[in-house]
Amino acid sequence: MSAFAATFKRELGLMWAGGGALAPLGYFLGATMLVPLAMGPERALLEAAGPPLVWIAAALAILATLERLFQADLEDGSLDQMLLSSAPLELLVLAKGAALWCVVALPLALAGAPAAIALQAPIERVPTIVASLALGGAAFIGVGLVGAAVTAGVRRGGVLIALIVLPFFAPPIIFGAAAASGEDVGAAISILAGCALGAAALGPIAAAAALRLQAE
Amino acid sequence: MLSTFANPQRFMALSAWAAPTALALAALLFAIGLPWALIYSPADYQQGETVRIMYLHVPAAWWSMGVYAFMGAASFIGLVWRHVLADVAARAAAPIGATFAGLCLVTGSLWGAPTWGTWWEWDGRLTSMLALFVIYLGYIALWNAIDDEDRAARLAAILCLVGLINLPIIKFSVDWWSTLHQPASILRAEGSAIHASMMGPLFTMAGAFLSLFVGLLMLNMRSAILRRRVESARLRAGAT
Repeated sequence: MSAFAATFKRELGLMWAGGGALAPLGYFLGATMLVPLAMGPERALLEAAGPPLVWIAAALAILATLERLFQADLEDGSLDQMLLSSAPLELLVLAKGAALWCVVALPLALAGAPAAIALQAPIERVPTIVASLALGGAAFIGVGLVGAAVTAGVRRGGVLIALIVLPFFAPPIIFGAAAASGEDVGAAISILAGCALGAAALGPIAAAAALRLQAE
Repeated sequence: MLSTFANPQRFMALSAWAAPTALALAALLFAIGLPWALIYSPADYQQGETVRIMYLHVPAAWWSMGVYAFMGAASFIGLVWRHVLADVAARAAAPIGATFAGLCLVTGSLWGAPTWGTWWEWDGRLTSMLALFVIYLGYIALWNAIDDEDRAARLAAILCLVGLINLPIIKFSVDWWSTLHQPASILRAEGSAIHASMMGPLFTMAGAFLSLFVGLLMLNMRSAILRRRVESARLRAGAT
């Protein structure tokens, strides 16, 4: 467990030093800002389209952080150290994912509140939107670990990661945006939580298998 | 049993006649199935003549999933037993499966326009099929992006196995989200719901698609193996 804690702390420090959530947050707010400019500021239109668009902006902001996730570890030898460690690689990958969730997904979920309000979402729905974004972030990161791991050795793999990961973003997007829009919230949140748990449990296993090949 | 066919030498000998045989069988089945399906089979009492698109749409849909399942099995064999031939087979199958998935989407859209009154509907079956098509593209792109073939094979195999999760979603999407796409009508507990006169051409076309896949797969695998041989021969020539 201490290996998990040590990796988690190290990754938190590295991600924080690398700018933390600043770039993804800026990306997220910039993308949401474009929505009313593209659709026009009509209230009724924004009320319907706002929460799903906040979800899409959050998904893309997380996607943008994935490209470098394992590349630095591969280049500077950290990955070899992780493989030499007696702790299973799966656990260390999970720690990395957890750190990414804390540094990027959680601030994005909180930023979802002002973004949703600016897009005319009813105030009473904002807590649901924030909670759904926090859960969805876990699902995106779980899947994203796999995409980042299989493309870790590819130069400028950003577009490739997007192509690989985006179809697997579909289930959390479907249920997350449904919850954010206030349709059948209880059921949608439950299925979304299932997606998050499944991705967080299986993603590190597949990602670790890919990383072992990358280090060979 | 498996290792008998895993020898590239033996595969080249076998496929030298098996690939043209499969393609000839495909040509024969298309020659029977296409006129049967497009001209001689009965029109549907509700859909009229548009039902004939189904004879392309359904086999393409079946085999786009079947090819992916085949790639999943080949990926698993390639990962566990490190058979080069399994890696080659998985890679060679991907563009064929992607084409079937694309054909399924296009024919479905062409059929939907007159029948449903819309080219596209975001229901569960259509969306999960589109996801399958994109997963195929991502799989092919990952192969192309990594230079080291052994590493590319195993990384792509991991991606392929992760993508298998989409197959049950496609199959059961019509039950989970009961929207526009019709539910299963052939593989059902109560027996098939389509008329016997439509089964003949449908299964002939499905057989034609399968033979086409097997033939093209073997051709793709042969050219991949030959390319590897040329490359290694070139490396050896350069080394001396």
